[in-house]
Amino acid sequence: MNRAKESHNSASRGSVRMVTSSGAKQSSRRYSRIVLRELVRTDFKMRYQGSFLGVAWSVLKPLMLFCVMYAVFVRFLKFTDGTPHFAMVLLLGTVLWSFFNEATNMGMVAVVGRGDLLRKVHFPTYIVVVAATLNSMISLLINLVVVIIFSIVNGVHFTWRVLLVPVGIVELYLIALGCSLLLATLNVYFHDIQHIWEVFLQAMFYGMPIIYPLQMAMNASPFFGKLLLLNPVAQTIQDVRYWLIEQRTPTVWNTINTPWIQTIPLILAACIFALGVYVFNRNSSKFAEIL
Amino acid sequence: MTTKSDNMKDIQDLDQTDATGTLTEQETDEAETVMTATDERIETVEEAAVNDDDSDDIPEDVVLHVSHVSKTFRLPTEKASGLKQAFINWTRGIKGYTEQHVLRDISFDVHRGDFFGIVGRNGSGKSTLLKLISGIYKPNSGQIVVKGKLVSFIELGVGFNPELSGRENVYLNGALLGFTREEIDAMYDEIVEFAELEDFMDQKLKNYSSGMQVRLAFSVAIKARGDILVLDEVLAVGDEAFQRKCDEFFTAIKKDKTKTVILVTHDMSAVKKYCNRAILIKDGVIIESRSKDDVADRYSLENLNVTGALSNGVDDSPADEEPKEVQEESKPAYPTGLSERVPVLSIIPVSSQLLSNDEDFVFDVEYQFDEDIPFYLAFTIYDLKRGGIPYDSGSVPMTRHGHQRIRFHIPLHLFTSSDFKLVVSLREDDPNRVGEDVDVSLRTLRVAFTNEDRSCLFSVRNDARLPNFALILPDRFDLKQHYVALDGDADNESDAAGGQADVETDGSKG
Repeated sequence: MNRAKESHNSASRGSVRMVTSSGAKQSSRRYSRIVLRELVRTDFKMRYQGSFLGVAWSVLKPLMLFCVMYAVFVRFLKFTDGTPHFAMVLLLGTVLWSFFNEATNMGMVAVVGRGDLLRKVHFPTYIVVVAATLNSMISLLINLVVVIIFSIVNGVHFTWRVLLVPVGIVELYLIALGCSLLLATLNVYFHDIQHIWEVFLQAMFYGMPIIYPLQMAMNASPFFGKLLLLNPVAQTIQDVRYWLIEQRTPTVWNTINTPWIQTIPLILAACIFALGVYVFNRNSSKFAEIL
Repeated sequence: MTTKSDNMKDIQDLDQTDATGTLTEQETDEAETVMTATDERIETVEEAAVNDDDSDDIPEDVVLHVSHVSKTFRLPTEKASGLKQAFINWTRGIKGYTEQHVLRDISFDVHRGDFFGIVGRNGSGKSTLLKLISGIYKPNSGQIVVKGKLVSFIELGVGFNPELSGRENVYLNGALLGFTREEIDAMYDEIVEFAELEDFMDQKLKNYSSGMQVRLAFSVAIKARGDILVLDEVLAVGDEAFQRKCDEFFTAIKKDKTKTVILVTHDMSAVKKYCNRAILIKDGVIIESRSKDDVADRYSLENLNVTGALSNGVDDSPADEEPKEVQEESKPAYPTGLSERVPVLSIIPVSSQLLSNDEDFVFDVEYQFDEDIPFYLAFTIYDLKRGGIPYDSGSVPMTRHGHQRIRFHIPLHLFTSSDFKLVVSLREDDPNRVGEDVDVSLRTLRVAFTNEDRSCLFSVRNDARLPNFALILPDRFDLKQHYVALDGDADNESDAAGGQADVETDGSKG
């Protein structure tokens, strides 16, 4: 039935077609899986290639960043949300933000960076973006283990809600992937996007209650504080903090009372992902020609 | 057939790329399958043949069907990879690109078991065609149907990473060809053995010589035998040993009637040797597709007709070096090589430019020389394939002044197949060397010569059964041989023995 349509089309436009059986779909997925696994493996190996500490850096870097923030904001500026585990909340926030920052940056340059490959082999282009973001995901998982160990040492009481943490992580990943796909597409046409995104990320970082407790923003203006929470990345980070460490963390669910406003971050997250996928799909077949 | 809804919520959906957004998702997904080195088997082809779709009109043994394919590229006129430039172009209504038609209405079929050659000069669109077949590019119009597993090597060793070890690169490259780690494990030893790199597999690739890299890449490539193998210019790389391996591989695969090979090359001997069919592409159009020999010969002829083509080897020749200054002085009035003393000098081929060695190459030289002094014509033949000058006529005294035309016949019976370039110069006596007891060509000075436009290319194409290795055919020499004693003690016997052992080789001179 599809082919009938296609023969219509073929007069006016090109088509590449495979005469195939139902097994082709599976083998296409199988191929995608093989390539994805190998690219993730390569990226991971290449990442700290030539450094003495190697993979240890994916733990050390966020920890060191955390130390800087802890010294500046907790010790020096005396930021606190009034809970005993603010340091842990800060660490978790830093780790999650690092993931988002890194994943979008790596995802953004993935297509251009793998240009040589895309010009010479045909494979589903999205794989390079997924591979790049998955690498950041690996780092995030390693970091989460560190956070959990620190939390245990700090005497954090875990509840059944810990089981919800993966949901938050998946949401954050999908947002990051959506952004990456969008950025990667834009980056093929306009390299300027790299610089724009850098600034945007910086603005976003300060626009979210990561280093400062949300209460500080609420004190200035309750409306403004609530507005910050509508950012899906902020919503996710607050949720994960809430589930993993501190039930007093303000989240969309316990700060905003209107149900339909509560769902805004979720809708935004879904929209970002869908837009990323849509834009990428529309353009990916032309990447090989443009790169 | 899987239905569209199967995969709607799956991230895998992302692989459904679409050039214009008019294809249904299912179709595009199939399109993806072509390239991704799927495990298609022959039975699926048979299955497909009974499907009621537009593949009905494609014979069953056609594994690649290309019909009316055109491809246009947008070439940016200004570099528009910045937002600013794009904005400026947008506000001014500048499109920022020009359309270039790379391929126009290309149609051909490749049957199972074919060794199919695609030839054409640089920039004719061959590589674009390969990329279309491989699915890297999408055609603007037309249809490409691929049946079976297509594996393409647009470049050897794609995805090779210099920072990874040889071993890791094998797995990476293999993955891009669609093999799991387990599958590569099984063929790993074979690959390494073929590449002869047993001792180097744990070294980083950046420490490999380029030859080693090519060997490794080729070894991975030939193990990945799909039903259809697409190869671009792989013959151009590698040393003699590597080329011998290519040769063995091609000879073996040519016999295998289940494998199909599509080869892009500039090497006409490869086309004649391996291919059973070929097409010649010029300016994005197929201009010859009858038989591989027609294609190979037509390709050679195409190269002759293009001025300045194939001249790389000749650019360094003295004929082109000296006149750089002449060119600047006389450029307004006369083309390179000519002057007011010799306003006309050119070669006009009379016979065909594509000959066999039992023919003569006949050409006219048209010249104009009005000064009343002795003058000479000298012509030189350059061997464009092997380099060097196999023949130089020396200075041939001319008797008629004014605007004349003189005909020469060059016998070709000495030569094996090659491409030649003929350059003529008009010479006068060198006042400093008049009367010296040397060959006449050493005591003449060049007055004028034929430039690229006025020189002439011709090719000798012999029966493919004749050897083609050296320039001169082996049986055109009076080869003399006789045995000599191993030790110096029997010197008095050598005459007698030699007289008897002298073997006259076939000394017929044409």
